[in-house]
Amino acid sequence: MARFVAQARFIIGALALALIIAIAAPASAQQPSAVNPTAASVKEQQLLNALGTGDAIHGRVTIPDQKSANLIHPAGRDWRQFHEVTLRWIAAIAILGMLVILVVFYLVRGQVKLESGYSGRRIVRFNAFERAVHWMTATCFIILGLTGLNITFGKPLLLPLIGEPAFAGWAQWAKYAHNYLSFPFAIGVFCIFLIWIVGNIPNRVDLEWTKRGGGIVGHDHPPAYRFNAGQKMIYWVVVIGGTLVAASGYLLMFPFYVTDIQGMQLAQTVHAIIAVLFVAVMLAHIYIGTIGMEGAFEAMGEGTVDENWAREHHPLWLEQEMARTGPNESQRQPMATPAE
Amino acid sequence: MARMKFLCDADRCIECNACVTACKNEHEVPWGINRRRVVTINDGMPGERSISMACMHCTDAPCAAVCPVNCFYTTADAVVLHSKDLCIGCGYCFYACPFGAPQYPRVGNFGSRGKMDKCTYCAGGPEADGTAAEFEKYGTNRLAAGKLPLCAEMCSTKSLLAGDGEIIAQIYKERVTKRGYGSGAWGWQTAYRETIAS
Repeated sequence: MARFVAQARFIIGALALALIIAIAAPASAQQPSAVNPTAASVKEQQLLNALGTGDAIHGRVTIPDQKSANLIHPAGRDWRQFHEVTLRWIAAIAILGMLVILVVFYLVRGQVKLESGYSGRRIVRFNAFERAVHWMTATCFIILGLTGLNITFGKPLLLPLIGEPAFAGWAQWAKYAHNYLSFPFAIGVFCIFLIWIVGNIPNRVDLEWTKRGGGIVGHDHPPAYRFNAGQKMIYWVVVIGGTLVAASGYLLMFPFYVTDIQGMQLAQTVHAIIAVLFVAVMLAHIYIGTIGMEGAFEAMGEGTVDENWAREHHPLWLEQEMARTGPNESQRQPMATPAE
Repeated sequence: MARMKFLCDADRCIECNACVTACKNEHEVPWGINRRRVVTINDGMPGERSISMACMHCTDAPCAAVCPVNCFYTTADAVVLHSKDLCIGCGYCFYACPFGAPQYPRVGNFGSRGKMDKCTYCAGGPEADGTAAEFEKYGTNRLAAGKLPLCAEMCSTKSLLAGDGEIIAQIYKERVTKRGYGSGAWGWQTAYRETIAS
């Protein structure tokens, strides 16, 4: 019995002690021995470590310009790397690579000749409006391309030749031209989309054409309607590439109206990559439309092509045209160049 | 020659914005342009800190690297300056700058955003020191007169330090040692690829 009482007293005592400690504990926590005002303070290193790709250390500012609320935005360095290194490689490989391919192709394959010679009978391929749209867009494209490449390659290539003041003067006008000519270019791309959408929808003939490599190598002439698969590809490059270039370009032209710094960097990246690939593809287009193929330039130059040219390159289109107008109504013209 | 730097001791900054006002007044900066601003991190929360930020005059400056017309140059004091005569207002330096320092007089870019403007470390521009032409484009050239940037000179808590990098780093290190804490030399790692051990 005595042992039981002793045990009970021990348990009660222990419980009482635990209770006292439990009550006293919060009181001691409220009175820290040392003040540490930075216990919860933000530290730059922590914030930098916590940053995701493209993120910025962001705060609050009392001035109206909310862009300035980004304190540190290390992604600017990534964009710099793209603009100064990556873009130049992409552009150089795409554009110079295409030039090399075209020169080698010309030397090996030579011009695609009109095998049956000029017939002297002309057939309308592009009317005046189509040609006007093409040349407006083309002229704008060449100027936009050169002034755009000036932003990327002007500093290392042109500036050492003409000096800083002259280069800055030219670059200023180049920028104005780039900004303002974007409008006729964008209108041109839109018109191209509308006037040639019929005839540029891919179909089964394109499969055959592509399988035979377009007859580019050798003397093959796979059938095609008004536009063959290669031309359709150019069409869609112009329509889709042109739309992307225009959209990203207008974002750059009206900075921070619709997007933030990350969006601006992305817009510039997209604009530049699409634009240099666009230039590379257009070099091939210019090649095949001029020195690459006999009788091709006339289509966009005068608007008419020789019937034999149409028969060789677009036989199905020629059939359609003949069915529509009748063979005797096709334009007869004196031969501009003697038949070979 | 000194390697000029800025250092904002965020544990001292009280967000009074006097540096911002002093800068605007000293250089007669146009409306809408802020060469310096104070950013508050974790505003209203425990551990809130304010940092005064302007152009950090980076080593291997990204703005200079991306400028398509090479309008930037670095002085013997390692101050990054630019020529408004060469600038075409393309806005690329703003995309590359980790500190959002470049400013443009016009928000629209229909033809041009105007010549870029940024902190000159109170060191003017390419024009002859102290001339009216220099003042009109870049503001006062205090450095040529032997004075440090006004923002730091008049900072009431001596939070913002300007001067030779090694000296201001030493001052900051002593402060951190004495008081036992420091939230870091904001921007140094990004601008100079180095930081002050604290």
